[in-house]
Amino acid sequence: MQKSPKSRALLAVVTTAAVVVAAYACNANRTPNTSLITGDAASKVYVAPGAYDEFYAFMSGGYSGQVSVYGLPSGRLLKLIPVFSQFPEDGYGYDAETKPLLETTYGFIPWDDSHHPELSQTDGVPDGRWLFINANNTPRVARIDLTRFETDEILQIPNSAGGHASPFATPDTKYIVSATRFSVPIPNTDVPIDSYKKNFKGTLSFITADQPGKMDIAFQILMPGYNYDLGHAGKGPSNGWFFFTSYNSEEANTKLEENASQNDKDYIAAVNYKRAEECVAQGKAKPQAAEYVHSYVDPGTRAATAEKKSSVKVINPTECPGLVYYLPTPKSPHGVDVDPTGEYIVAGGKLATVIPVHSFKKLQQAIADKAFEKEVEGIPVLKYDAVMAGEVQKPGLGPLHTEFDGKGYAYTSFFISSEVVKWKLGTWEVVDRIPTYYSIGHLMIPGGDSKQPWGKYLVAMNKITKDRYLPTGPEMAQSAQLIDISGDKMKLLLDFPTIGEPHYAQALPASLIKDKQVKYHKLAENTNPWVTKSESDGGIARTGKRVDVKMIAIRSHFAPDNIEGIQVGDTVNFHVTNIEQDWDILHGFAVLGANTSEIVLQPGETHTLTWIPKSPGIFPFYCTDFCSALHQEMQGYIRVSPVGSSTKLMANISKKTQAQLSDAKKGK
Amino acid sequence: MLKLPRLLLALAAVLVFAALPLPLWRIRLIAPQYPEGLGMVITASTVRGAAEHDLGSINSLNHYIGMKAIDPDAIPELEVMPWCIVALGACAMIAAIVGRRWGAIVWLVGFAAVGVVGLWDFWRWEYSYGHDLDLVHAIIKIPGMSYQPPLLGSKQLLNFVATSWPGPGTLLLGAAFALGAVAVMLPWHSRPLVEHRVDGIPAAAVA
Repeated sequence: MQKSPKSRALLAVVTTAAVVVAAYACNANRTPNTSLITGDAASKVYVAPGAYDEFYAFMSGGYSGQVSVYGLPSGRLLKLIPVFSQFPEDGYGYDAETKPLLETTYGFIPWDDSHHPELSQTDGVPDGRWLFINANNTPRVARIDLTRFETDEILQIPNSAGGHASPFATPDTKYIVSATRFSVPIPNTDVPIDSYKKNFKGTLSFITADQPGKMDIAFQILMPGYNYDLGHAGKGPSNGWFFFTSYNSEEANTKLEENASQNDKDYIAAVNYKRAEECVAQGKAKPQAAEYVHSYVDPGTRAATAEKKSSVKVINPTECPGLVYYLPTPKSPHGVDVDPTGEYIVAGGKLATVIPVHSFKKLQQAIADKAFEKEVEGIPVLKYDAVMAGEVQKPGLGPLHTEFDGKGYAYTSFFISSEVVKWKLGTWEVVDRIPTYYSIGHLMIPGGDSKQPWGKYLVAMNKITKDRYLPTGPEMAQSAQLIDISGDKMKLLLDFPTIGEPHYAQALPASLIKDKQVKYHKLAENTNPWVTKSESDGGIARTGKRVDVKMIAIRSHFAPDNIEGIQVGDTVNFHVTNIEQDWDILHGFAVLGANTSEIVLQPGETHTLTWIPKSPGIFPFYCTDFCSALHQEMQGYIRVSPVGSSTKLMANISKKTQAQLSDAKKGK
Repeated sequence: MLKLPRLLLALAAVLVFAALPLPLWRIRLIAPQYPEGLGMVITASTVRGAAEHDLGSINSLNHYIGMKAIDPDAIPELEVMPWCIVALGACAMIAAIVGRRWGAIVWLVGFAAVGVVGLWDFWRWEYSYGHDLDLVHAIIKIPGMSYQPPLLGSKQLLNFVATSWPGPGTLLLGAAFALGAVAVMLPWHSRPLVEHRVDGIPAAAVA
């Protein structure tokens, strides 16, 4: 149902007047606009105590660098998964086991900006094995294991700046991608910034992703120096192709908001990655020196190691004809989304007045017919009319992203007009629209970018919150809205605040992963070099100024719990193993004055807290995770003596343990 | 001599042997913080956790009340029990081969004795674990409180509800016993008795 501009303007005036009157009627105390809630929205989002949500939703944490996990339809926060930022809540990025995950060629980086979660797929359908997510600032991609909801692997992307078009996956998860939002000299060198057109380049990286612990750059494609923004893989008939939006085809290097908005059309880069594989096999990809870091967690030690790599294969499209084509696309396109059939490629031109849709069938025909408008640095530019399937007319203002419901409809987010617009694939007619609060960025339907959307809900992720919740000062949480898309008309069901700034999100039915969850790590399979598997195995050892304490945690004590002989300036490593083999029985460990976070120990795992005492005295340590009825008794003391003291190095085991051990010896 | 009672005895022997590896008894422990529960399974030869680490978790929790660790190696009966069951099965088979009612009766009486002693012994161990507490090292001490799980049914032990019930092994043993009882009650000889002869002379005449 499309309204004429006139009637919309009239509606706006009437609505404004009504709001003003209502505001006065309420003595100027604003009542939230809940009038759009129709029917029994509450019962549709109510998940009774103890009952489970139907979907897991994974939202990027934006500038928090993390992933947040929500249940849908309740909008309840289930977990924060630390990825690219340190997380003092569990010691991620602080302790010896996880710090290597945040290593880069620039050294240790405690933060990044995570944008796009991407579920692994099998045959184009989310399969619940892994979640990938990108770091935008220092380009990296991470793998999160969905049996543990933990980051297992991070790969830095060389020859890249602004890893924005990432980490979208191919239908078989053979590759995930990362493309440069910021073009830079490749390799990066000291050149005048205004030599942009001459020296700056973009890259499209294809990363092997289907083997845990073995992510690597399969190849990089060297591209003209535009800003590569988002991407999506083809599927079905378009399987084997990848589509990336680009803007700044003007190649501006300053005041981009104006200078990069000049051209009527920028480009979607259509990449035939099967062709890239052929060119790599033919030796057309040149190894190029490039340093980057790969880090991953060993499943036995549960400790990460970081390894430096030194070379990538780079393909120049001029040397691999048929690899890349440009599709002209109106006005600084942002999102590029492929419908479930794999035929339509939908672009969101940020400043466009239409939603352009390209046809894969026409794209193939245009290539066969050589319907080229021109060539850019050896890349053929196809004629717009030759590849366009249709345009959605007057859809709204500022189209960004599109997802699909699997029933023939597409849903596009509009930042400027702050709404979601539902339209029909094939006829390109707008059939419904619903406002968002306020200025939506991405939207997400579970499986909505895959071959098999679960088209029941849509989540709008909004950039501006203002008056949606109780005010909390100048900075407020971001806001998401859950919309029911099961019927003809979209219905607003729920607002819920989100963490950081969720850009994109992914969701899938809970049934795909909930029964695969690890409940504890098997102590017998713990191969950490510092594991302590039983109470009597704990101990202490000194090597010069380094002291290693091996310790267990179990309800409700540490062993050893009295440590003496530490000297000021020693580097003391507490290797603590939680020897519980019981679901959700965690222990924490913290020491007075330690210049780091606590460590939190899942059942069966070992983590290391490193502490350098600065003054003599007695320093207590304690369990930080309320574990049991006698959690408050779970503590111990460390005696720190001056340098050169004759105090003997000593770590006790508790009297109770001594008694148990002697009982065991006596055969009691 | 009729075949049916002997067949029933043979079948009883098979059931007894089948019970050998199966759980004889189960104890389930549910608490507010253990909605998924912890469990113990008792077979003729061992005591184990219902899930891989349940026994370890139960022992870990029991240290709070001073209960000694449940260690199958410290229970000598678990060495003897499998042989008792093998003997019961073998005796049923012998009774079936011998084919005399008195044989079946002897077997049944023996079976009942083993059953009663076994259950009494099981109760005795439960009593021992529940009452012989190490009060020197116990963390939670409640005067007069003991922690003996029930032989059958449910009982509240602090925050845990302990429920105890027979496992499939015991049900098989029960079925074997029932078959034996039926066998004893069935006729072992064709009627009338007079048709039994010794050397062609009616049995009555011999008497």
